[in-house]
Amino acid sequence: MAEALAFYTLSVLILGLAVAVITTPNTVHSVVFLVLNFLCVAVLYVFLQAEFLAVIQVLVYAGGIVVLYLFVVMLVNLGRSPEEHQDPRRLGLIGLGLSGAVLLELAGIIAYSYTREQSPPVTAAQASPVQGNIEELGWLLYTDYLIPFEVASVLLLVAMVGAIVLARRES
Amino acid sequence: MIETIVIPLLKIAVLLNAVLVSVTFMTLLERKVIAWAQSRLGPMRVGPYGVLQAIADPIKLILKEDITPVKADRMMFTLAPIISLVPALVVFAVVPFGGDELFYITDINVGLLFIISVTSIGVYGIILAGWASNSKYPLLASLRASAQLISYEIAVTMTLVSVILTAGTLSMVGIVQAQQDSGLWYGFVQPVAFVLVLIGGLAETNRAPFDMPEAEQELTGGFHTEYSGMRFALFFLAEYANMIVISAVVTVLFWGGWLRPFPSIDALAFLDLIPSWIWFFGKMFVFLYLFIWIRATLPRYRYDQLMRLGWKVLIPIAIGNIVVTGIAKVVL
Repeated sequence: MAEALAFYTLSVLILGLAVAVITTPNTVHSVVFLVLNFLCVAVLYVFLQAEFLAVIQVLVYAGGIVVLYLFVVMLVNLGRSPEEHQDPRRLGLIGLGLSGAVLLELAGIIAYSYTREQSPPVTAAQASPVQGNIEELGWLLYTDYLIPFEVASVLLLVAMVGAIVLARRES
Repeated sequence: MIETIVIPLLKIAVLLNAVLVSVTFMTLLERKVIAWAQSRLGPMRVGPYGVLQAIADPIKLILKEDITPVKADRMMFTLAPIISLVPALVVFAVVPFGGDELFYITDINVGLLFIISVTSIGVYGIILAGWASNSKYPLLASLRASAQLISYEIAVTMTLVSVILTAGTLSMVGIVQAQQDSGLWYGFVQPVAFVLVLIGGLAETNRAPFDMPEAEQELTGGFHTEYSGMRFALFFLAEYANMIVISAVVTVLFWGGWLRPFPSIDALAFLDLIPSWIWFFGKMFVFLYLFIWIRATLPRYRYDQLMRLGWKVLIPIAIGNIVVTGIAKVVL
């Protein structure tokens, strides 16, 4: 009961902050709402007993990436209102299509999770020889998901090199 | 009921009061130590040897007029000092001040990461303060500060990875117990990491010689130029609370937390007569004193030197340290 109450309060907060992010006219305020949103999502992770994910969420998103957003927003200093789009109807259609697709996907996931028979989802956890949240995550990353993990690492490295090349081109 | 709510709340109340009171007296200690370093007396007027200065200053700050600039963003201007103080206080939840369960509020399995991530929120206070003041110098200072904090956060976090590798756990209590089991403070096992975290900690708390965000000569006071009264005091509290946090973290990670020196040598067992929390506070005090001592001794870095030190010296050393630690861990 208490958990459900906390969950719904948190959901309202997360959704409300997300709406605030896109409706606030002031860009810096909007970024601050984004940080609060990320923090609430981190609390949600704690409720799901994914403490490691929660802490990383705060460290990487709230503490790292959004600081850079704020940095850019402050440097650019968006005092004036954004310009009108060339063809607002076209973008609106794309937006409608995208949100429709997301809605369809969500409905599909919900329908799938209801129809599927309740298979025990703990098989991976039972198979892993280590205990604890972080240990299991590390174990899975370096055994079952080794290839995707390495590919993602290489992708990040390439992105980093690319960013440096682009930044140094001017001088 | 009593176990889960009343006792933790009591501990939190005691800890918060202890931190805030020690912060007030830290300011006095700092003024005194710097004065002695410069052959002055320091505060002498209020109370014997000026000890009541630490009480007089907060009273003065509370009574002062709290000015908000006309052109400032009111909401963010008020929010910024709060944002910078709260994370600095929250992280004390996982600091183990002693071996007994009485001396820490909680021990979570991601303790060290919790400290890193929560303190990384504090940078918003500085950025927003500079932006919300709507004034040139605070804005410049906050840009500098955020760049500095992000750079050194990377270096410190990378360095901590090698300590985590050595200890095999992220829990703060677990790290001290690992040192007890190995019979050696990690300051001896990881001397490079120790020095790196100490340097990075100075930069993370904006202390001299890295107090770039508040360089008076260049920025007329830094990101809190437009602040006065209690809101200014909150920034001050945050800086000193952060110093205490860094001292506590370095104590836990490298100086064996609440353990006595050389915990593996039985001949020194008589040192265990001293309670564990006294060891902890003693070690923390050494680092706090060191911070003040460094401020009284070293000149400030130039901004480009600071950035070069962070990115081209500390981060490569930190990465090298991780590699060496990993190899040693596999080989030994």
